[in-house]
Amino acid sequence: MKYIDEFRDGALAKKIAANIAREVNSHRHYHLMEFCGGHTHAISRYGIPALLPDNVRMIHGPGCPVCVLPVGRIENAIQLAQQPEVILCSYGDMLRVPTNHGISLLKIKAQGADVRMVYSTADAIRIAQQNPRRQVVLLAIGFETTTPPTAIAIKQAQALGLNNFSVFCNHVLTPSAISHILQSPEIRQLGWVPLDGFIGPAHVSTIIGSQPYEYFAEEFQKPVVIAGFEPLDVMQAILMLIRQINQGRAEVENEFTRAVTREGNLKAQHLVAEVFELRRLFEWRGLGWVPYSALQIKVAFADFDAEKRFHIPALSIADHKACECGAILRGIKQPQDCKIFGTVCTPDNPIGSCMVSSEGACAAYYSYGRFRRTA
Amino acid sequence: MPDEKPVRAAKMTKAGYVRPIDFKNGRVEMTHGGGGRMMMQLIDTLFLTAFDNDILRQMNDQACFCVPAGRMVMSTDSHVVSPLFFPGGDIGSLSVHGTLNDVAMSGARPLYLSASFILEEGFPLADLKRIVESMAQTAQYAGISIITGDTKVVEQGKGDGVFITTTGVGIVPDGIDISAERAKPGDKILVSGTLGDHGIAILSLRENLTFHTTIQSDTAALHELVAAMVHAVPTIHVLRDPTRGGLATTLNEIAQQSGVGMMLYESKLPIREQVRAACEFLGFDPLYIANEGKLVAICPPEAADALLQAMRAHPLGSDAAIIGEVIEDPHHFVQMETSFGGQRVVDWLSGEQLPRIC
Repeated sequence: MKYIDEFRDGALAKKIAANIAREVNSHRHYHLMEFCGGHTHAISRYGIPALLPDNVRMIHGPGCPVCVLPVGRIENAIQLAQQPEVILCSYGDMLRVPTNHGISLLKIKAQGADVRMVYSTADAIRIAQQNPRRQVVLLAIGFETTTPPTAIAIKQAQALGLNNFSVFCNHVLTPSAISHILQSPEIRQLGWVPLDGFIGPAHVSTIIGSQPYEYFAEEFQKPVVIAGFEPLDVMQAILMLIRQINQGRAEVENEFTRAVTREGNLKAQHLVAEVFELRRLFEWRGLGWVPYSALQIKVAFADFDAEKRFHIPALSIADHKACECGAILRGIKQPQDCKIFGTVCTPDNPIGSCMVSSEGACAAYYSYGRFRRTA
Repeated sequence: MPDEKPVRAAKMTKAGYVRPIDFKNGRVEMTHGGGGRMMMQLIDTLFLTAFDNDILRQMNDQACFCVPAGRMVMSTDSHVVSPLFFPGGDIGSLSVHGTLNDVAMSGARPLYLSASFILEEGFPLADLKRIVESMAQTAQYAGISIITGDTKVVEQGKGDGVFITTTGVGIVPDGIDISAERAKPGDKILVSGTLGDHGIAILSLRENLTFHTTIQSDTAALHELVAAMVHAVPTIHVLRDPTRGGLATTLNEIAQQSGVGMMLYESKLPIREQVRAACEFLGFDPLYIANEGKLVAICPPEAADALLQAMRAHPLGSDAAIIGEVIEDPHHFVQMETSFGGQRVVDWLSGEQLPRIC
């Protein structure tokens, strides 16, 4: 497949792996966090850890959109979907995320709630047009990549005069999550979690550009390499990070030059700025309440804000007691450190969100990486 | 005037006349499953006509047939598919192939099928006719008879148009011992052709996915391919058709049943470019996509080349490939060496495959 196979070339991967092996300093460890779920998925699916020296460890970050949505917001979505007039539209892997009672959108769908899986926000608009007597709510989640399509949907709904369409907005921001991790006491003061560098997001960066990461490189002295989601991108980014670390540099480098510029996609940024504004406080699963880390719909588009239309209450529900998703999302623990990993919590019966999407650290580790632990 | 009436009436009544079923605009009614004259008429004019054979024509509540000496196998499969008609087949052909293949995966020669229909009230009779005729044609092409059957009608909203359950019996040739618990470390793993064609053909028609593809379902009867394979290599250990859950699920089942592990080579997996592309943008993994005309074979290493040749010599096995081997593994993991050079576990499918967000 053109434009795909080039970035999955096994021979090239071996060359990069050889370079990495040659350039690592065997007297130290390298702890690299891939922020994005897309990278986590690529790392697991292509078996990248097998190509890395033992002293290079990948830490899976919080950039999995379904993983970071807190239980309270899922509960909100479930309550919404249970209203008879509502059709709740959601992206695929959001459907299986459970609340503390083991209820998920998929389960209430089986009980009769009208929950529809959509591939794009345009699908939700179409469903609203086809069902004028029903209230169609788009459960909008994700980082900067999925935000512009939601903005478009809201503007489209306004242009079409759709009075039965609204958005339950849960869009979150990558830079605030990264700075929250870097400022956490475990990393900054206590030094419990060694973190030597970041693989920066691919698709998110196509929107926001590479500029926002410059602050982390400078303020926290951590190198960042923005990388595409193909396995060769990831390998190359790891090599670039190791070089920066060895040379004592902390810069933002861009491996994903075929899609990411320093400024990003200005058109998309303007669109987002037109429809959304910063939320003062938003709860993240794993990270807790993070100031200015999420978006809400501007008053000018309040007609399309499901939180206003349905008076959605603010719910804050603690995670399942045994679930370590929080610590795993912050890089403090690894999936296999969790007591219920692979026993009570499996992809078939997920307790925590990290076990749901294949982008989640636990699911990725469970599905693709277990043999390394048992080998 | 008054005495003219009976004369006219007599002229209009033909002895034994029954109004024919309207297969153009008619729909399934509750009475079609009620056991009365309308049901009989439907059986007569549709099922009996299409499936026609000596045993069925006896119209008994059971089919009576002679069995040759030896070991018999029996398999049953219910078929539900949406949409009912898809590129490369329909629920009719699928319901014949599905059970036929399950019988054949023992190395058996299939003999007979039964077919049981659950019809939803209101289902167009034209569609039913199309499905039944497709079943008849498929069975005839495969050289197998449908010798007994049943029809039930459920109220509107309680079915999805039509569900078909078929049961098949077959005879296993002497000297053949094929079973999913017989895979042994060192054995080679083969597939008969490209993976994921059926699933992608079906997905492309789902209402919420608007994409077009030239991919056709691979639905096919595999018993002749199996006959050629067991003829060439009677020592085949395992055969199975990777339908729901795809190759990954089938191999995990076998690994579990045989108490072994497996190592696959991603670069050897035959997958069409179109299927790869569709999986790429839908966020699916072709290893978990359904097939309806493919099989997995596991055989001793020394027989693998002969088996591969026999498979490739058959039209349904022209893309056959050796894709991996059975290894010792107390955890019964199916692993894969990726084309990229890494290694990973190919796990059971959990729930349905759901597309990722990013």
